[in-house]
Amino acid sequence: MDTSQYLDVFIEESADHLEVLYKQLLELEKHPEEKEIIEEIFRAAHTLKGMAATMGYTDLADVTHYLENVFDSIRYDKIKVQPSMVDVLFETVDYLNEIVEDISSGGEGKRDVTAILDKIAALDSNSGPASDEGSEQTENVSIDTSDELKHVEEVDEFELTILKESMERGFNNYEIHIELSKECLLKGARVFMVFEVLEQFGEVIKSEPTVNELEEEQFDNSFTVLYVSKQSKEEIEQKINKVSEITKVEVTPFSVTEYTAKKNEAEDAAIEKAAQAKQEKDTPKATPAKKSVTRKTIRVNIERLDILMNLFEELVIDRGRLETISAELDHTDLKETVERMTRVSGDLQNIILNMRMVPIDQVFNRFPRMIRQLARDLDKNVDVEIIGADTELDRTVIDEIGDPLVHLIRNAMDHGIELPEERQKSGKAEQGTITLEAYHSGNYVMIEISDDGAGINKEKVLESAIEKGVVKKEEAELLQDQQIYELIMASGFSTSETVSDVSGRGVGLDVVKNTIETLGGNISIDASPGAGSTFSIQLPLTLSIISVLLVELEKEKYAIPLSSIIETAIIEKEEIYSAHHKKVIDFRGHVVPLVFLQKTFEVPETSTPSEEYISVVIVKKGDKLAGLVVDSFIGQQEVVLKSLGAYLTNTYAISGATILGDGEVALIIDSNALIK
Amino acid sequence: MSMDTEVNKKVIVFQLQDEEYAVPVEQVSFIERMEPITRVPRVASFVKGVINLRGVVTPVIDLRNRFNMTETEHTEATRIIIIQLEEMEVGLIVDAANDVIDIPVQSIEQAPEVVGAASVDYIEGVAKLEERLLLLLDIQKVLTPEDLEEIKKAEG
Repeated sequence: MDTSQYLDVFIEESADHLEVLYKQLLELEKHPEEKEIIEEIFRAAHTLKGMAATMGYTDLADVTHYLENVFDSIRYDKIKVQPSMVDVLFETVDYLNEIVEDISSGGEGKRDVTAILDKIAALDSNSGPASDEGSEQTENVSIDTSDELKHVEEVDEFELTILKESMERGFNNYEIHIELSKECLLKGARVFMVFEVLEQFGEVIKSEPTVNELEEEQFDNSFTVLYVSKQSKEEIEQKINKVSEITKVEVTPFSVTEYTAKKNEAEDAAIEKAAQAKQEKDTPKATPAKKSVTRKTIRVNIERLDILMNLFEELVIDRGRLETISAELDHTDLKETVERMTRVSGDLQNIILNMRMVPIDQVFNRFPRMIRQLARDLDKNVDVEIIGADTELDRTVIDEIGDPLVHLIRNAMDHGIELPEERQKSGKAEQGTITLEAYHSGNYVMIEISDDGAGINKEKVLESAIEKGVVKKEEAELLQDQQIYELIMASGFSTSETVSDVSGRGVGLDVVKNTIETLGGNISIDASPGAGSTFSIQLPLTLSIISVLLVELEKEKYAIPLSSIIETAIIEKEEIYSAHHKKVIDFRGHVVPLVFLQKTFEVPETSTPSEEYISVVIVKKGDKLAGLVVDSFIGQQEVVLKSLGAYLTNTYAISGATILGDGEVALIIDSNALIK
Repeated sequence: MSMDTEVNKKVIVFQLQDEEYAVPVEQVSFIERMEPITRVPRVASFVKGVINLRGVVTPVIDLRNRFNMTETEHTEATRIIIIQLEEMEVGLIVDAANDVIDIPVQSIEQAPEVVGAASVDYIEGVAKLEERLLLLLDIQKVLTPEDLEEIKKAEG
């Protein structure tokens, strides 16, 4: 589990709990009999333990677990609070504090906890995990130690905690060893059936090999699981045996106490060895790091991936240069080598880009809280549904997409979802729903934000748009529904009659639209009156490396992203017509307006352009087309997208820049801005 | 600030026309020779375009243009001073840059009210040293003139 995103929360909350512990311990010293204080401490320790175990800080979890046990015993009057005890408890909390501080300053939260554990354990005479109180039944069962039985080797602290707790609640813990028939062909399927049986009557805590490996049939003929259930040993055996092609089932009770004892023995030995070897006075991590054989992933710092990506970008630039040189030299061997290199680096590029993919959940996960808060502010009743949170896209896109989404959600909350009374009047459930959905579609990621609110009032939008001069009255009559909806994203438009705190603070949906288009995506709106509206965002999977067509305007070079190009054409000047004072061409039956880039970009004229032909790049935006007139085409190239820097924002029709093989900078044209 | 301790400010001195300007050395990350500039269309006229600064696309502005001086041909002495201001990295084209000096803080005075007809807000102060007069720049104001918003609006 990737827990890094929760680290800040963890540190913050741990600090809070530690504070509670300190404070209540002080109180406890004064009033050793006060049950409320003891409860409070128990709760804080319990929560801290759970958090630490989830975050994988085993040492922290260990210590808090023992602390919790002590208070559990105090709670049930098994032991009494004595002054000497409080000292040890303070020491323990100091210890916890140290660990948390270590974590917050970037450490791994590892400490030699054996000494302190012994001290706490001594407090609680019943110790060894005190939670064993409800587990006599398990303790009494003798353990089958048949030699051929394979045991689960590594049980982590988190799993142990679950096992302990399940015992407390009267469940039985089992270690089940299952052997499949040697002739079994579909081992994965058999495993699946066994798991299905098990899952009906309890819970599988751990399996060895891991579930993934089992599914991929990466095991011999047997596997072992840790299982929690209320069923008896015989019943379980019977049920598993109903699955065919199983030769042997062995169910043995699993005792946490014995396991920890064994493990501690092994670890103690290891610690002693380590201590002898190192002779260190204070070994902050004397407990040897647990090896985990089954792990197949490693964590890599994002910064390193960024560096890798940067280096690869440099390589892409050089590759471009090499391609140019080999084209000029026309040397067969060189050409072949460069081609091969291009292919290999293409594969490399895919792999690197894939590594940088992160689930969109990172953006989505903050929305439910935000929506709840907004709903309260607006006196609305809103539920949120998230679909496809595991959809992955490039980190660069993730970083940029948060704000536009926040804006759209606020918009849906404010203008979309109606007040509960209104909803009731129109026969809807009082509670509105906002749905966030993400999914892959080809080379794009789609993100849809829909609400089941009032939809968009076409007439009001049109009225307002005409009034604000966003469209002319004559034009307005020709617009289709979707085009009308999209007016609300035109600059200078805001339908809300009253400017509320939530949305409509002058910066409106036009900003959202701009941001998304700068990212190389686009946004469309669909709505039906009374039933709600949907904003669909289409985004490219990555923003770092894109394919472009390089074109020349006089002496300047520009790049047009291939994603927006339909085709290129060379057209006779006679084929240019005038319509409404605009130059247009007839392109495959469509009337396509021309954009003379030289004029748009105010390129200084150097030569006299009086050829009979013009070069046109046909680009699209939604279903609208435009022809960009350029001087000449240079060719297609993979380039690294770079930003113009924080200083130059809002450049007209330029979405970024790239560095060409010769080291010069070429600007990337944002053709969306050129299509009206 | 006590009077008996000499507090110095390290600055980079550069030349524009016949005046000498200074920027705090902490704000300067590099000084580069002239490089090919790629023009960026439809931006303020003092923004000359972008350069490739070791793989980073960096905007450059012409200080002569920014200060309403006549622009001249670039020479061997022309330099681009790369300024780092918070997240922004911007290059300033200047006639020449060849000095790093310490100026005593005491010698810095407020910019005189009347520098020309129009008041300029980008001069933070004036340092008088024996024979020289240094104009200390407020880079933030140089980069984002108050009237820039209006320029953008007019163009947009």
